Amino acid sequence: MAKSNKPIVWGLFAAGGTVAAFVIPVMILITGFLLPLGLFGSGEASYERMSEIVGNPLVKIVLFGIIVLALWHAAHRLRITAHDFGIRNDALVARGVYGFAALFSLIALMALLSI
Amino acid sequence: MSQRQITFEILRYDPETESEPRFQAYCVPCEEEWVVLDALNYIKDNLDGTLSYRWSCHMAVCGSCGMMINGEPMLSCKAFVRDFPNGGSIRVEPLTHFPIERDLVVVMDDFMDKLQAVKPYVIPKKKRTVEDGTYKQTPKQLHQYQQYSMCINCMLCYAACPQYALAPDFIGPAALALTHRYNLDSRDHGRPQRQEVVAAHEGVWECSFVGACSEVCPKDVDPAGAIQQMKIASTVDWYLEHLMPWRRK
Repeated sequence: MAKSNKPIVWGLFAAGGTVAAFVIPVMILITGFLLPLGLFGSGEASYERMSEIVGNPLVKIVLFGIIVLALWHAAHRLRITAHDFGIRNDALVARGVYGFAALFSLIALMALLSI
Repeated sequence: MSQRQITFEILRYDPETESEPRFQAYCVPCEEEWVVLDALNYIKDNLDGTLSYRWSCHMAVCGSCGMMINGEPMLSCKAFVRDFPNGGSIRVEPLTHFPIERDLVVVMDDFMDKLQAVKPYVIPKKKRTVEDGTYKQTPKQLHQYQQYSMCINCMLCYAACPQYALAPDFIGPAALALTHRYNLDSRDHGRPQRQEVVAAHEGVWECSFVGACSEVCPKDVDPAGAIQQMKIASTVDWYLEHLMPWRRK
């Protein structure tokens, strides 16, 4: 039997699952609630302050990692969910979901580089 | 001791003389402490000697008496009649996803072939003679694989697995759990050989982690966990093989 190449997408899926479970909720808590509610002081949620934080190369790398891994996790998850719902055209579903993840990975990269 | 009458609707099928399976009902006076297997034995002894089913130990050790009971894969020796709704009948069918040999007996050939394919035995690094003495293993080393060694090959996990139903080539939960059991054994060095099957598409990658195998396992083996752990190990292998091609054998 030939060895499968599925580890490429599964590796991203597994890493993304860990990120989605442990990091994303914290990110939502901080950026969605604590910052806007002013828990870190007023002005911290301002455009200038945010641009300054995201402008840091280290923050860019971390953000890129979180976004890309979460995207590829979601893509693979959706592929399996489609399969579980009885959609058997796996090649088409795979192209669609991974294409979406690739496109938005690229958009995330461009957006981060432009800051 | 209280007794209650329970109707058992049992799937009957003789592929040699019948074109399709049918259900036959038997009314059995069940004792409070009976399991479904006791009722089947009662039918066989008192009502209908032609009923065929596999069983041996009556104590969840041999793994012979797996059946679909009210649609759930169960060992009939572990399914107490008192746990089923009072007044209702109990439907007994052969394990699903397998061809029927006769009545409740299924054809196991596919599972046996897959079990052999993963080499479920200790493959030592070099052959040991009797003079070399016994292998030594610490309790910690035993603990590594002990849970996965509890598998009794009852095939309930194959009946529960929707992936096996869709892709019959899938090596499947029990065979993969046993692969993991030997891979984790400190005496064993057969993982590279087993990886040929495990890392194939029909190996761990056909699993979509539904987890039904672990839910129905009567011995708490957790095949789903074993498969996910092997997915991680196979992914690490894949990256090492492709990023460091000189590691490839």
